[in-house]
Amino acid sequence: MAGIRVEMRAGRRAQARAEQTRRRQAENFFDYSMLFIVLFLLGFGLVMIYSTSSYSAAMQHEGDSTFFLKKQALATVLGIFVMMLVANIPYHFWERFASLAYIGSVVLIFMVKIPALAYSANGATRWIKVGPLTIQPAEVAKLGMILFLASMVCKMGRGIRTTKGFFTILLVPAPVCVMIWKVTNNLSSAIIVFGIAALMLFVSSPEYKKFVIMGLAGLAGVIALIFLIRGIAASEDMGFRFARILAWLDPEAYANGKGFQTLQALYAIGSGGILGKGLGQSMQKLGFLPEAQNDMIFSIICEELGLFGGIAVILMFLLLIWRFMVIANNAPDLFGALLVVGVMGHVAIQVILNIAVVTNTIPNTGISLPFISYGGSAVLFMLAEIGLVLSVARGIRLKDL
Amino acid sequence: MPLKQKTYIRKKIVVAFFLCSILFLLLGVRLVYLMVVRSEYYTEAAKELHERERKIKAARGRIIDSTGAVLADNRTVCTISVIHNQIKDPQEVVKVLSRELELSEEYVAKRVEKYSAIERIKSNVDKATGDKIREYDLAGVKVDEDYKRYYPYETLASKALGFTGGDNQGIIGLEVIYEEYLKGKEGTILTVTDAKGVEIAEAGEERVDPVNGNDLHVSLDINIQSYATQLALQAMETKQADSVSILVMNPQNGEILAMVNVPEFNLNEPYALPEGTPEPASQEEKQNLLNQMWRNGCINDTYEPGSTFKIITAAAGLEAGVVTVNDRFSCPGYIMVEDRRIRCHKVSGHGAEDFVQGTMNSCNPVFITVGMRIGVDRYYDYFRQFGLMTKTGVDLPGEAGTIMHKKENIGAVELATISFGQSFQITPIQLATTVSSIINGGNRVTPHFGVKIVDSEGNVKETLQYDVKKDIVSPQTSETMRYILEQVVENGSGKNGYVEGFRIGGKTATSQTLPRGSGRYIASFLGFAPADNPQVLAVAIINNPQGVYYGGQIAAPIVRQLFENILPYLDGGGEIQQ
Repeated sequence: MAGIRVEMRAGRRAQARAEQTRRRQAENFFDYSMLFIVLFLLGFGLVMIYSTSSYSAAMQHEGDSTFFLKKQALATVLGIFVMMLVANIPYHFWERFASLAYIGSVVLIFMVKIPALAYSANGATRWIKVGPLTIQPAEVAKLGMILFLASMVCKMGRGIRTTKGFFTILLVPAPVCVMIWKVTNNLSSAIIVFGIAALMLFVSSPEYKKFVIMGLAGLAGVIALIFLIRGIAASEDMGFRFARILAWLDPEAYANGKGFQTLQALYAIGSGGILGKGLGQSMQKLGFLPEAQNDMIFSIICEELGLFGGIAVILMFLLLIWRFMVIANNAPDLFGALLVVGVMGHVAIQVILNIAVVTNTIPNTGISLPFISYGGSAVLFMLAEIGLVLSVARGIRLKDL
Repeated sequence: MPLKQKTYIRKKIVVAFFLCSILFLLLGVRLVYLMVVRSEYYTEAAKELHERERKIKAARGRIIDSTGAVLADNRTVCTISVIHNQIKDPQEVVKVLSRELELSEEYVAKRVEKYSAIERIKSNVDKATGDKIREYDLAGVKVDEDYKRYYPYETLASKALGFTGGDNQGIIGLEVIYEEYLKGKEGTILTVTDAKGVEIAEAGEERVDPVNGNDLHVSLDINIQSYATQLALQAMETKQADSVSILVMNPQNGEILAMVNVPEFNLNEPYALPEGTPEPASQEEKQNLLNQMWRNGCINDTYEPGSTFKIITAAAGLEAGVVTVNDRFSCPGYIMVEDRRIRCHKVSGHGAEDFVQGTMNSCNPVFITVGMRIGVDRYYDYFRQFGLMTKTGVDLPGEAGTIMHKKENIGAVELATISFGQSFQITPIQLATTVSSIINGGNRVTPHFGVKIVDSEGNVKETLQYDVKKDIVSPQTSETMRYILEQVVENGSGKNGYVEGFRIGGKTATSQTLPRGSGRYIASFLGFAPADNPQVLAVAIINNPQGVYYGGQIAAPIVRQLFENILPYLDGGGEIQQ
């Protein structure tokens, strides 16, 4: 109506402009700002991977300082293709594969136990190797869980409001989490999968009280556990996880053991100061912080780019999550919204946990920083998820925004 | 089902976003804490982890004698190492290094191929060789220069000069006493390294240049020292003595011109025991043997001076006025002290003699009589006055003190033995210094080597000053003593010390070492010239000579030969010659 009134008052030029606007409103939305954020993070990640890995790469791979950069760049390019492909497929196409995704994840996890397919790195068998490709089943499971839960919640309809529905959604991911933890010995991925599921449940259920109680109970449990472990710290046979937690409480006391990596990361972060040492000027990457391009890359970002760099990265991720929120809120349907919420949970949880580990806010556990840490299958699947979000975004009509 | 109808889901998504935002904010706060509040702490800790301090040794100051000869020098030596990561052409490196360093190719190849931060190939390489290797400009080969103490004359004055240890610090001798002047100040290179210790070239280095040590100019004269060493070695060989010491000093100012203690040792190899020494059983035993080898007999060891000490008794007697040159004595070949019969070395006795003749004869009864006349109290006071009871203060470490009876323990017998130089012990440097002071007009000088300190640019930084205690004897006594001692050499027991054309004063001594009756003697002679105005004083001490052991017969000729050569040499102004 407003458009018509303007058309009447103004001349032909205004008429043409209004015509344009209308046409655009009829078109579908494409979230260029989110795409820009993702591409920026990827580009920044590659720069930081080169910065952190070039020295040790040159040492380990006969002077090839771009060894890690090349591998990551290849995975990134591949990932962008996958992302564009997925973005162009209407997301409902995937709904039919929901059950397959769940079962497929479980099968893939168990394939790690097949020696012919298993692939180990850094002392852990978490990958399967098919030809030239190594895939981390945990990454597949994250995507699979998002798809499966989104589909399941949609099918449940109002059933989600019942207690039974609530616990169904809570228990469905549990077996996969336990398998990821026990079979691939990857607690952090298990936590992430569970976290994604919890967030999706939180969004899809109208409940608050249950979550608040669950949250408080969880927090109390963790605090109690810390005190318990501290209490028995003096006893001799402490498990692997216990030592890790003690090292978290006082990394300097375990400087040569479990606290080593954390302490080196803290040196890197702390020595960065407000403005950092400048890009490429990190000292800690020169062998002091082992595998700096992996999970601990954020500490080198802080060392080189300072507090400003670190905060900027956090802000970029916050922007990305904000875009997720906008897309989810405007998604054409519940399935689309839940897909986006799942991806949002995935990115947010990994970023939060990664930075928390690097800053020794929580005990050390291997969690990579999305889009930035070195790791082919992580970036590939992450980009596939972004493709999914873009696909949901395309379903939004501009006039609905 | 359109999402818009499910309003609570939209709300929940916003809540989820804000929950994430809160967590992000908390992490941001944590980051601020780490990077602002704790920044200094972590920066310091990281710096400590990354930096390596490399010392640059300072060149130690040289020791230069009075003729300008460098007695202790520094030699630049090189350490050749390889840095595995920087080597570009391993074959060439192996070839060049094995050829230049005369090492087997396998030996070098093994080190070149070893994956380590820095691998030492060879140290203590001549500078010339090091320079040559540097000229090849091979990537990954490092030539580090270092200073090593070097003594061009090897054994010359070894026990006086001393040597330095691994950190270029003085271990014995002048090197210890003048450490502060000689050592200089180490410089540092502060480099940044990676976790393996490889230096990061781009990081640059902070360099604090070393300050070289100052040169020490000493009064030692290489010509006198060399000749005295020859004489000492000769005497040690012909008399098959344990050791021979010769001390030459200027009695007017205490400057030491030569200090010989044979056997000397090679300063460039101070930890090598003398040839023929059986392999020591333990490290402790080896250290004992080394300490023995390094001992400086002139200052570290005491002995019973014997008859040379009669100079002190005579001076005390003259000073106290209890004896004059014309006093008459009679020697029946012995003297009774209380119930003890103390023999003169001439069993038949010297008969009637005056004090001068008594000294010429080195007659024990005469000196016992003089000692008795002085009495314990006064005698003891003179010891103090002459400086015998304190150390000379020579600029060498480990000077031994005088071993003397306690005053209250000195009875007549002790007094008698002291007066002819027995039953107590002093060092040769103490004897030389005390006699110097008696004959130079009464000034107790401080014996010393160090003359001046000159910095590496040649500027005199300090002219060393030494204490002089004036009037320990009167000029008259001093003059009388010079006269008497000249008589000893002209016509008395010291005639073997006579040098044609020069006026020499002196005194011989033959003392039996403890325990008595062991057949071990110390033969010594103290001589000075010219007798009327002494410019040079020499003491020769032969420890445990075989065969003839009389100082007058074996020690006096050493000093005579020494004077025959060094007096014309020292006599630039013609003051010494008659």
